[in-house]
Amino acid sequence: MLDFSILTENLDMYLLGFKNTIMSSLVALISSLILGVLIAIMRIAPIKPLNWLGTAYVEFIRNIPLLIITFFFFLGLKLSGLYAGTLALTIYTSSFIAEAIRAGILSVPKGQMEAARSSGLTYGQAMRLVILPQAVKIVIPPLGNQFINLVKNSSILAVVAGLDLMYHGDLISSRTFVVFDVYIFVAAFYLILTIPLSFGVGYLEKRLAKSN
Amino acid sequence: MIVFDRVNKYYGDFHVLKEINLTIKKGEVVVVIGPSGSGKSTLLRCINRLETISQGSLSINGLNVADKKTDINKLRRNIGMVFQHFHLYPHKTVLENIMLAPRKVLGQSEDEAKKIALKYLDKVGIGDKANSFPSQLSGGQQQRVAIARGLAMGPEIMLFDEPTSALDPEMIGEVLDVMKALAHEGMTMVVVTHEMGFAREVADRIVFMDEGRVLEEATPAEFYANPREERARLFLSRILNH
Ligand SMILES: Nc1ncnc2c1ncn2[C@@H]1O[C@H](COP(=O)(O)OP(=O)(O)OP(=O)(O)O)[C@@H](O)[C@H]1O
Ligand SMILES: [Mg+2]
Repeated sequence: MLDFSILTENLDMYLLGFKNTIMSSLVALISSLILGVLIAIMRIAPIKPLNWLGTAYVEFIRNIPLLIITFFFFLGLKLSGLYAGTLALTIYTSSFIAEAIRAGILSVPKGQMEAARSSGLTYGQAMRLVILPQAVKIVIPPLGNQFINLVKNSSILAVVAGLDLMYHGDLISSRTFVVFDVYIFVAAFYLILTIPLSFGVGYLEKRLAKSN
Repeated sequence: MIVFDRVNKYYGDFHVLKEINLTIKKGEVVVVIGPSGSGKSTLLRCINRLETISQGSLSINGLNVADKKTDINKLRRNIGMVFQHFHLYPHKTVLENIMLAPRKVLGQSEDEAKKIALKYLDKVGIGDKANSFPSQLSGGQQQRVAIARGLAMGPEIMLFDEPTSALDPEMIGEVLDVMKALAHEGMTMVVVTHEMGFAREVADRIVFMDEGRVLEEATPAEFYANPREERARLFLSRILNH
């Protein structure tokens, strides 16, 4: 049986970690989304140097371990664990989000951009008013997966003393000499975040499918 | 008003347009025909710079289309384009499809844009579909919306690239009727189509293209009765016996 006294006696530590994980994930989620959109547009805009820059970013970032990016900010730039981890998460996730968004934009038929441009809209207007609203529907499922991964990957903060949920789990475990039960409760807290996220994405997907 | 002067275009090594000389005057209706792959679409798409030319000059109302200094968005306001596959915006209603460019490009107010959109929807005969989504319309209705969308910008020139090729036969007439009415009102039109009835009735000129060249220019009466070029003859016999 699970020993619930572990949870109740260390509740404030669990909650502090939980709060930091939420904060870090939320900040990383919003910033990686913005960064991801920008990188995706860089990759498909009709400007060659921007394409190269965007491609280099994506290929470089998504092909190195998240841990190394985290160490770069933590050891290299001497940021605090919380900041280094959140920044690394943002940058790492943005490369995947950029790819998902790029795939979504490319799946909108070419004729849409041509029709919009031939009516006199600028590239930016066509993108914003015609292409992106159509791409969103296609992009939501892979984006949801990236967000769920992001929440789970935020446990990387524990490695650099980032004060997150996992870090506090480690702390509780080393104090109480209990391993299994401590991490079961840690997992439960992660599920509190990821399950609603998962359902939310499913719901949005259904609603968008209906509106077509 | 549209002048091609020794225009060449390449896709990599492939020479799509060869030494095109062509002048289209204001109010003229020009029908472009020719075998598949002869460069008809490419010719049309150069006019509003959906494609760029490689050599020669192309001007509209004296404005050089290829010139980097030419404000392409300004030029495009004046040229409506209708595509084979309509390309209506699926996430917008018919009305929103038509109002988008007038609102964002011409800066019309919501009310003004709506009034104009409804006027053109009536003109193409589907005023009752204003609030439908494109997916709820037949192909012929969608193409008429696309024409209304082009007209709402008040262009001087309308380009049509095989506007009836994707339609079921029973819907071709309704689209051609709209186009004929437009021609009779004096719109400058460049139309890629193999619809001979349309060409005979409203075209001032037929331009026959083959392998990237304009091989023959003639009035429809001349062209269909007695094409000068052997290739045009062959082509005609093929579409007639089709
Ligand atoms: N973006 C492109 N890159 C390379 N080649 C192209 C491109 N677009 C068209 N082509 C080629 O250029 C040639 C002319 O194409 P175009 O679409 O202008 O022909 P078309 O006369 O309109 O033919 P169709 O009747 O089939 O529409 C074709 O051989 C085509 O394969
Ligand atoms: Mg074509």
